[in-house]
Amino acid sequence: MFANFDFDVILRSLPYLFYQGMTFTLLLTALATLGGIVVGTLLALMRLSGLPFFNLPAAAYVNLMRSVPFVLMIFWFYFLVPYIGQWITRSPQPLQVGAFASCLITFTLFEAAFFCEIMRAGIQSIPRGQLAAAQALGMTYPKTMGYIVLPQAFRNMVPVLLTQTIVLFQDTSLVYVISVTDFLGAASKIAQRDGRLVEMYTFAACIYFLVSLGASHLVRQLQHRIAIIR
Amino acid sequence: MIKIDQVSKWYGPTQVLKNCSVEIARGEVVVVCGPSGSGKSTLIKCVNGLEPFQKGAVTVDDVSVSNPKTNLPKLRARIGMVFQHFELFPHLTVRRNLTLPQVKVLHRARDAAEKKAMQLLDRIGLRDHADKFPGQLSGGQQQRVAIARALAMDPIAMLFDEPTSALDPEMIQEVLDVMVALARDGMTMIVVTHEMGFARKVADRVVFMDQGEIVEDAATVDFFAKPRSQRAQLFLSKILQH
Repeated sequence: MFANFDFDVILRSLPYLFYQGMTFTLLLTALATLGGIVVGTLLALMRLSGLPFFNLPAAAYVNLMRSVPFVLMIFWFYFLVPYIGQWITRSPQPLQVGAFASCLITFTLFEAAFFCEIMRAGIQSIPRGQLAAAQALGMTYPKTMGYIVLPQAFRNMVPVLLTQTIVLFQDTSLVYVISVTDFLGAASKIAQRDGRLVEMYTFAACIYFLVSLGASHLVRQLQHRIAIIR
Repeated sequence: MIKIDQVSKWYGPTQVLKNCSVEIARGEVVVVCGPSGSGKSTLIKCVNGLEPFQKGAVTVDDVSVSNPKTNLPKLRARIGMVFQHFELFPHLTVRRNLTLPQVKVLHRARDAAEKKAMQLLDRIGLRDHADKFPGQLSGGQQQRVAIARALAMDPIAMLFDEPTSALDPEMIQEVLDVMVALARDGMTMIVVTHEMGFARKVADRVVFMDQGEIVEDAATVDFFAKPRSQRAQLFLSKILQH
């Protein structure tokens, strides 16, 4: 039944698929995860501050991000970021941002909302006694957070954070809406150029599956390695 | 050196501390006892500002705890505190538990902090455990490390909040031994505990609390010989049976 299929097209296009496509996908995943964790942690601290001045904007932001379709966000940011950039830098014409930067900003801001909720749960999982102990030793709020609470919260949450990263890895394929070539985009281009839709899409699916499966195995191993001894 | 003056505290409508006043002189060891829920822990947490209070004043070495202008972290760094559940930092080794606060709060040099840490671990007999994580130690060992961590800051006074309540019976003694040695060295100590043996041995005074009130504040000998209040008598008769 496979007689009519040409799996050779996969071999021929491998360099393009991986050098162009996968590099973009992995780079975007990695950078957006890093940015998302940093921004998300700040948002989590704002939400937990107990001060309406910090809490309310952070809560509004998280709720907004979580209730708008992601594809819409990608679109919207792509067209909006140049104008925001123009407004910030006060330049006469819209800022040239580029598709990658635009994607990176969108993904970082979007993921930050999810990482915020994860880190919030992580911070709340640290017993209050730990805070009291740090304070009793004379640590200020930033020191308590930086040396005692966040390192523990982060370690407890690494499995969840990385699982979210795997979801993000799959979500990067949504950049097709602004015609950026990620792994799936590259596969799609070849598929349409050579008329090999079934082969290319099947191959792409297999790769996504393998990477995600491998990553979740790694997460499980890492979880054992970094767990805090109790 | 520590002065608790007419302190009152409410959680919502419930008053948990009622006009509590105690003074502790330099080098004095004061044991605070009383039934659970009597406000003992809350009271000593007022001393380093971990618990805010609505009325009254607490001063430590003439620094007011409740004054908003007081640099609380700075004051707390000078008062050691030991908790019921140890509260060692589980993600750090024993060594790091002792050095991190010295380096980050007192800005000591790394090797000075290290030296201090090892001296103290030597003193509590846990030098060999320096590179273990708290979770790998027994409860008694963890509590001794917690005492060492507080001492590493060279505190002017130490607060103990039921330091042996969460321990298995066979581990209580090793912690009490460290505390007794500390008391004999002349450390100013406020100890919330049910260990009346400890109180008898080293306390200068015993403060008895019930329902948020200081019912009795007497020299140790007098307290055990003949407690004035009936509530203290009842408490003692119950606790001394075993």
